[in-house]
Amino acid sequence: MTTSAFAAQGADLELVGIQKRFPGFTAIEHLDLKIPAGSFFALLGPSGCGKTTTLRLVAGLEEPTAGRILIGGKDITGQKPYQRPVNTVFQSYALFPHMTVLENVAFGLRRRRIDDPVAKAHEALRLVELDHLAARKPQQLSGGQQQRVALARAIVNRPALLLLDEPLGALDLKLRRQMQLELKTIQEEVGLTFLHVTHDQEEAMTMADTVAVMNKGRIEQMGAPEELYELPKTAFVANFLGQSNLFTGPVVGITSDAIAVAIAGQKIVVPAARAHRHTGEVTIGIRPEKLSLHLSAPADDHARNTMGPGRVIDVSFSGVSTQYLITVPHVGTLIVFAQNMAFGPVAEEGGEVWVSWDIKHGFGLEDEPADTPRFEADTTTRSIAAQRRASLITELEEV
Amino acid sequence: MAFAAFATTTSEAEQVPRRKSPVALLLLLPGILYLVLFFLTPLVSLLLTSFQAPSEFGDIGQYTYAFRWENYVQVVTDYLPHILRSFGFALIATVLALVFSYPLAYFIGVTARRWPLAQSLMLVLVIAPFFISFLLRTLAWKQILSDESFIITSLKAVALMAPDAHFTGTPAAVIFGLTYNFIPFMTLPLYTTLERLDLRYLEAASDLYAHPVEVFRKVTIPLSMPGIVAGTLLTFIPAAGDYVNASRDFLGGPDSQMIGNVIEANFLVLQNYPAAAALSIILMSVILIIVSIYVKRAGTEELL
Repeated sequence: MTTSAFAAQGADLELVGIQKRFPGFTAIEHLDLKIPAGSFFALLGPSGCGKTTTLRLVAGLEEPTAGRILIGGKDITGQKPYQRPVNTVFQSYALFPHMTVLENVAFGLRRRRIDDPVAKAHEALRLVELDHLAARKPQQLSGGQQQRVALARAIVNRPALLLLDEPLGALDLKLRRQMQLELKTIQEEVGLTFLHVTHDQEEAMTMADTVAVMNKGRIEQMGAPEELYELPKTAFVANFLGQSNLFTGPVVGITSDAIAVAIAGQKIVVPAARAHRHTGEVTIGIRPEKLSLHLSAPADDHARNTMGPGRVIDVSFSGVSTQYLITVPHVGTLIVFAQNMAFGPVAEEGGEVWVSWDIKHGFGLEDEPADTPRFEADTTTRSIAAQRRASLITELEEV
Repeated sequence: MAFAAFATTTSEAEQVPRRKSPVALLLLLPGILYLVLFFLTPLVSLLLTSFQAPSEFGDIGQYTYAFRWENYVQVVTDYLPHILRSFGFALIATVLALVFSYPLAYFIGVTARRWPLAQSLMLVLVIAPFFISFLLRTLAWKQILSDESFIITSLKAVALMAPDAHFTGTPAAVIFGLTYNFIPFMTLPLYTTLERLDLRYLEAASDLYAHPVEVFRKVTIPLSMPGIVAGTLLTFIPAAGDYVNASRDFLGGPDSQMIGNVIEANFLVLQNYPAAAALSIILMSVILIIVSIYVKRAGTEELL
């Protein structure tokens, strides 16, 4: 067997022209992906975007309709799951209920006839601080403990590639934070390549070196978390990774380092380096926390874009910050996050306000403006509540 | 370390709330009455009969109450081959039924999951034989396997059987009959377990380097143990006491008599009630011992 020895370290994963069709729908259109050895890579997307299918293809639990999968330069497309140097932490953990925790962890070692499986299993359990529960059955453990056993069961095999299928989905916030930290520590200590599939943008951003945002079977954008957040390429990324205020209008002026876009008669300037398109109709955006709120028309400043006057239609206080919804005539609804530097909301509901932002903070999308309305942020409180509810329901169903 | 913070939060086994209620006892009453009347009374009567001695001046079939434990020694010396044969036949039939039923139950319960209609149809087919009395079905097999039947003449024609050989009346025919008759009892419990089998465990095992044979041996079989235990018990216990298949009127012959046939003959023909009762008690005790050892060894408590 090719996997009879421990992998010395993580290996590259390469997906070449992967396509996966199921009867009735296409889960993955066309996927090319290269994950360098030793990196922590997150595939982020809403449910049904093809991210779990991608993971199952890498694990060998599904066969691609077309394309090749390479690990460390070796083509493993035709290999069965048990032949691949890959281990998975399943969303459901899938701990064998008829075995003790120790036997669960030693399972992979025994299958590969590795010397001294029991000692190595104990070592892996010590790493996740559960060695004292080695004799228990999985059902006797709490959710967080089961999750750590599932992690130990996978990393004990020292796979070239570790796949994580939303393993933190079922944990409460505190446990989730601790596990995130622990995963990062393990990755740094053991040097594995991690492929983490999640729909939680915050989890992806805090943990991964590289995040790929997937939508409808394609990768929309890939890069470091800060890069994706600062310079989203598409409206989908701009709204899936955090929230964005997006405006569409024609380019009316262009200089060597900036473009000017006419939005409802107002000239908005975006740095040329941060805009993907420089001519015609373009969509530009600004993150809500980059906006400043003014109670009177701000003085003209060449370094800032100004918009207004608008009317505050909703104020919601969330502790650290306050979220304002502001309608601006002919522009639409803007969303503003303001740090709570003073007591109580700065602007009242129904009040007249202006917003401004530093020119340097704007970004221009690559999308055809025609595509953008389908992703347009619906930012009324009710629809946000409905979205939150829908996402919670899908999350619960997945668990 | 981060884990130390929640390392002690072990979840103990759930505390089941206990409450005593007269209503519960009241609901149990019919069941208890039924058991006392139809299980305990005959059992005591059987036990008393097994120690009876022939009455001094009576005819054949006249017995008086006594404590004649020699009855037991007598029946064991007389019928040891029958006792051993019964358990041997029952064991072979159980193993054969398991071997035939497991793939069938797996197919219906796992492979056919995507087609619920086909699944129900196949289940009906498994139960279909019950629509006909099992005496009739066994008689039918006697016909099908008789010396003049198509099957036996064909086997003889291609020299797979000696020209003067028989099938009915042999131990093989009895084991065949037992296996056939108990296959539904094996298949149904296996099906109920396999139908609930979480395939994610199988995926996890193959992800952990187990090739298909190992997945089956290390994960599928242990997870289907509740069904295997229930099915083998439902087959072995009645098969060990069966007196129809081995009867000379059906598939048995003089060399294939089982303990059930002996008990029947002693009760109904020879009218040796103490011997028949003693044999029944022995049969029951041996089954009880075998089953309790088996259930303990199978260790399925946490899966049941």
